[in-house]
Amino acid sequence: MPVTVARSLDHALAALEEFPEALILAGGTDVMVQINKGAVSVDQVVAIGRVPELQGWRREGDWLHLGAAVTYSEMMGEELSSLVPALAQASRTVGSPQIRNAGTIGGNLGTSSPAGDTLPVLFALDAVLTIRSSTELREVPISQFVVGVKSNTLQPGELIEKISVPVLEGPQEFCKIGPRNAMVISVASFTLLADQKENRVRSCLGTVGPVPIRSMEAEDLLSNSVNWGENTVSSEVLDAFSSLCADAAKPIDDHRGSAVYRRHAIKVLSRRAASRIFIEGKS
Amino acid sequence: MSNIFYTLNVNGEDHQVADAWAGESLLWVLRERLGFPGAKNACEEGECGSCSVQIGEEVVCSCLVLAGSAIDQEITTIEGLSPEGELGDVQQAFIDAGAVQCGFCTPGLLVTIGHLLEKNENPDDLTVREAISGNLCRCTGYGRILEAVQMAAASRRGEKRE
Amino acid sequence: MKRYKWQLLLGGVKNVSDLETKIPVSGFRIGDSAPRPDGIPKVKGTFAFSSDLWHEKMLWGGTLRSPYSAARINKLDTTEALLIDGVHAVLTHEDVPGKKVYGLEYADQPVMAADLVRYEGEPVAIVAANHPEVVRRALAAIKVEYEEIVPLTDPELAESTEPIHPDGNVIRKINLLHGDQEVQGDIQVEGIYEVGMQDQAFLGPESGLAVPGEDGGVDLYVSTQWLHADRRQVASCLGLNEEDVRITLAGVGGAFGAREDLSLHVHLCMLAMRTNRPVKIIYSREESFHGHVHRHPAKMWYRHHADMKGNLLRVEARVLLDGGAYASSSAAVVANATCFAAGPYQIPSANIEGIAVRTNNPPCGAMRGFGAVQTCMGHEAQMDKLAAALNIDPVQIRLDNALKTGDKLLTGQVITGTAPVDEVIRTCAEHVSSYRASSDLMSLPGGAGRTTDPKHISRGEAIAVGFKNLMFSEGFDDFSSAVCQLEDGVATITCACAEVGQGFVTLAQQITREVLGVEEVILAPAATETVGSAGSTSASRQTWMSGGAVQKACEEVRVQLLKRLAEEHEIDTENLVLVEGQVLSLTGDFSIELKVATAEPLEARVEYRHAPTFPLDENGQGDAHVSFAFSAHRAVVDVDPELGLVKVVELVTSQDVGRLLNPLQAVGQLEGGAAQGLGLAVMEEVLVTEGNIRNASFTDYLIPTSLDMPPVEIAALIEQSEPGAPFGAKGIGEPPSISSTAAVVAAIRAATDLELARVPVRFTDIVSVEESS
Repeated sequence: MPVTVARSLDHALAALEEFPEALILAGGTDVMVQINKGAVSVDQVVAIGRVPELQGWRREGDWLHLGAAVTYSEMMGEELSSLVPALAQASRTVGSPQIRNAGTIGGNLGTSSPAGDTLPVLFALDAVLTIRSSTELREVPISQFVVGVKSNTLQPGELIEKISVPVLEGPQEFCKIGPRNAMVISVASFTLLADQKENRVRSCLGTVGPVPIRSMEAEDLLSNSVNWGENTVSSEVLDAFSSLCADAAKPIDDHRGSAVYRRHAIKVLSRRAASRIFIEGKS
Repeated sequence: MSNIFYTLNVNGEDHQVADAWAGESLLWVLRERLGFPGAKNACEEGECGSCSVQIGEEVVCSCLVLAGSAIDQEITTIEGLSPEGELGDVQQAFIDAGAVQCGFCTPGLLVTIGHLLEKNENPDDLTVREAISGNLCRCTGYGRILEAVQMAAASRRGEKRE
Repeated sequence: MKRYKWQLLLGGVKNVSDLETKIPVSGFRIGDSAPRPDGIPKVKGTFAFSSDLWHEKMLWGGTLRSPYSAARINKLDTTEALLIDGVHAVLTHEDVPGKKVYGLEYADQPVMAADLVRYEGEPVAIVAANHPEVVRRALAAIKVEYEEIVPLTDPELAESTEPIHPDGNVIRKINLLHGDQEVQGDIQVEGIYEVGMQDQAFLGPESGLAVPGEDGGVDLYVSTQWLHADRRQVASCLGLNEEDVRITLAGVGGAFGAREDLSLHVHLCMLAMRTNRPVKIIYSREESFHGHVHRHPAKMWYRHHADMKGNLLRVEARVLLDGGAYASSSAAVVANATCFAAGPYQIPSANIEGIAVRTNNPPCGAMRGFGAVQTCMGHEAQMDKLAAALNIDPVQIRLDNALKTGDKLLTGQVITGTAPVDEVIRTCAEHVSSYRASSDLMSLPGGAGRTTDPKHISRGEAIAVGFKNLMFSEGFDDFSSAVCQLEDGVATITCACAEVGQGFVTLAQQITREVLGVEEVILAPAATETVGSAGSTSASRQTWMSGGAVQKACEEVRVQLLKRLAEEHEIDTENLVLVEGQVLSLTGDFSIELKVATAEPLEARVEYRHAPTFPLDENGQGDAHVSFAFSAHRAVVDVDPELGLVKVVELVTSQDVGRLLNPLQAVGQLEGGAAQGLGLAVMEEVLVTEGNIRNASFTDYLIPTSLDMPPVEIAALIEQSEPGAPFGAKGIGEPPSISSTAAVVAAIRAATDLELARVPVRFTDIVSVEESS
């Protein structure tokens, strides 16, 4: 049977055990493009989009667990968007409403594209993935999962079960540049999250390197220089922060944008995002 | 090519698919096997929305659905949108507003807009634009399409549009 | 039911009766917003586009294309492909039964490459198999040994480089000299401008179905813009008489110039005839980018001379169009670009060099606007430069120089028709739009990307004006044909005018109702078997030409009818009118129902021609055109200068339409054309490197979405009846795409104070980023 429509997690894992090299299909928004082009052969497919254990989300204390089959539309829903606003903002920039209804967070991780829109947010959150096979369960920090251009550490026979992120208190910003106002592949993106409990910011650069990039130097500078009580920051710090963010970028030239422009874009977006979260004032 | 057999529920009826190649998209199966050519194939990579269908409660690109995985779901195509012989109000509005030129984007748009108006009976201009942002139209520039949506919405609300 | 035989192939279409194109609605005559006759099947999803055709016994076809923009083919081995189960045919250039080359103006393009490929995507072999996946595998199994050649990719070098084709690298060069060549202006402004390669990006992919005939001929059901030109070329390549190639128009999903040339036609017929089975081909979107011609990229140098009051004295220009590997309609495009190079202004002296060259870049040809789009961007930039240099208002300088009836064009031709350029400009400039600013995220540059706050925005506004000819030019025998049959009060119109979405089918019914007073007008399928050529659906010509043919055919039927009534009833026909299904005498003493009067059928078969045109002489002078249409656009853009993001927030337009035959359809053309112009200004470009297309997909070839388009406001549709035009109506399809691009880029200049000499405008054109060494 070339196509297995998995009805349960066990069913999916059993199919993957039998066919470890099978294509894992959820929303199809990446995989089907390749199939339609004839770029991948279709020997075995395990469709997991309707596996109940992969649906939905739940909050446990300060942690939010998202099933791998949670769609972009669901991440834009009222509750989730107040729990992780940056994820909702990122989701709104993905593709079209049709794509958002089908595409999943697990799929975004599975593709591991440098332009994947949820990935920078998940990196900023230090997301933890729960990976399952029929014999094993392992928890993997996202930085050890997405390791290169369209390259991750998912092994044959494995699938992503859920993604766990901390629930932070504070404003969040996701900003993404594209050449048109809808259905755009990211040219550059910047994520900035305020953690008012720990008085830390978390940031991440997207599409300007093989994988999302965090500049701890930039985060340290901003975290330690912001007046958390008054929620203010000086212009000098904003300038320095944005320079550090730009320095951390490792962009390439391609038909969507030049490296020089992408680095510049990170500088602008990082400064704007920070000045939305913190009021720019005198030092 | 190893061949597969399955059943799809389309517009309220079950349809058998026999001896199909596993890699066929729902779009292709609808059009070439099941006699539902309404959904269109302008790009087959999820970038144009001309293949939009409703699966369950959601509008998706049927070119991005593996047909063999769409079993046990309620699939509604443009052909299923209007009762036998009658035009739905959005379809009529498209004609009245001049929103149809070549018509290739029309089925996808009607599925998308039908769904929008079910959820939102008074969408403003930007809400409509965002809702149809995944449906490319090359002929109209969207002006008459937006007019058609407002006409249909107004008539559903019982108002007359000037 | 011969006229509907094509429906027999529509196995997938449930309600065949929806495909009949009759609406028994009275009252929709010339000037009314009559509804489309094909609107109902289109909204039901039952309208049969060429990609929807289906035949029980059909095979699928596919094309192997060159991955190189220039290469020799040293070996081509199809044996492995032929062995694959399910493959019915694998054909190459050797199997082309007739002439091996075809072309619109010059037969310079191989049906399939023999020993040389000249562009990326050039067809090399074709396959027929029982499933598209088998086709794909067969294509992958064809072994081709290419020897790469260094491609000629710089059009500037084409003239001086070894010919890449026996016909040479210069497709056409025109040296237009107008007026006194010694004139110099006190003020001179110069500029070099570039327009990138735009794609028509119609939604309906190239597709068709070919059915082998028992008589050795072939029936071809295809999307096209010109059935009879297709037939001529297909017959020639198949080695058949034209009557044995029977082409019927299948539903067309947009065209915009990209379907004027052949694409899959000969391939499809060859496969059908070889396999003796119906064969269907549908191009993928990626293949489509390689499978049709694009808009010519242009490099233009201009020097405008004026006096200190801003009166234009002389324009010098050099317009270089990159025609790509094969000629297509480049010769006509460069003529247009040259004739209209300086815009709708009075210019007493000019030296314009227009040149279309051949390179190994993707072939270019017709796209809506046909050369005038490119030069409009150039001449409007120049007008703004002049206005700035003289400190004259940009609208005023255009008004001061505007053409009018009786003025001479650059070709020396005097405008004898209407030319309300002044009014077009004035109404556009003075229009008070209903635009209201919004701070909603989705109305800002960057939209959902949250890149930009209102304080980051710089706003700019500008106007641009353009024009071009209607119909074909330079002495071309431009005509259309139509048949009108009237029986039992029902009129049937047969016309091969390709309906591509523009709404000719609606007009055909309106015209017929106007002339014959009938309620019911049936439109027979457009087919080469039943009617003569209608010419191309392009050059904004069909309303005039095929509308004229339909009008003429209906008129002849009317005359025949009245003559018959006069004989039968011994009455004078002078006061008889046809209205609302009756023949009535104005004096009130005679009436008869049309249904009764036409129980015995009447028929007229006509050809319609416009006034003759003449070639351009060696100085580009001559009465080469019939009529002209003018348009203006005003654009308002919001720019985020730090990021180079642009949102067009307002587009206003005025257009010279002659007479409005269908207001609703006219609005659709103006809005749609403006969208294509906006696309060229800010986002659309086929990116080509060393002759290879880098963005052959809708992922990276971007056309405007609903979130990119503002509402298009129509300031005025200027109706000044055009002499010689049926009903006084001018074609309206192209002008909306001509001045819109120029207006948008001018508005971005106004917002940023940058020269912006190239479209589409990219982020990096607006943002000054330091290039790291």
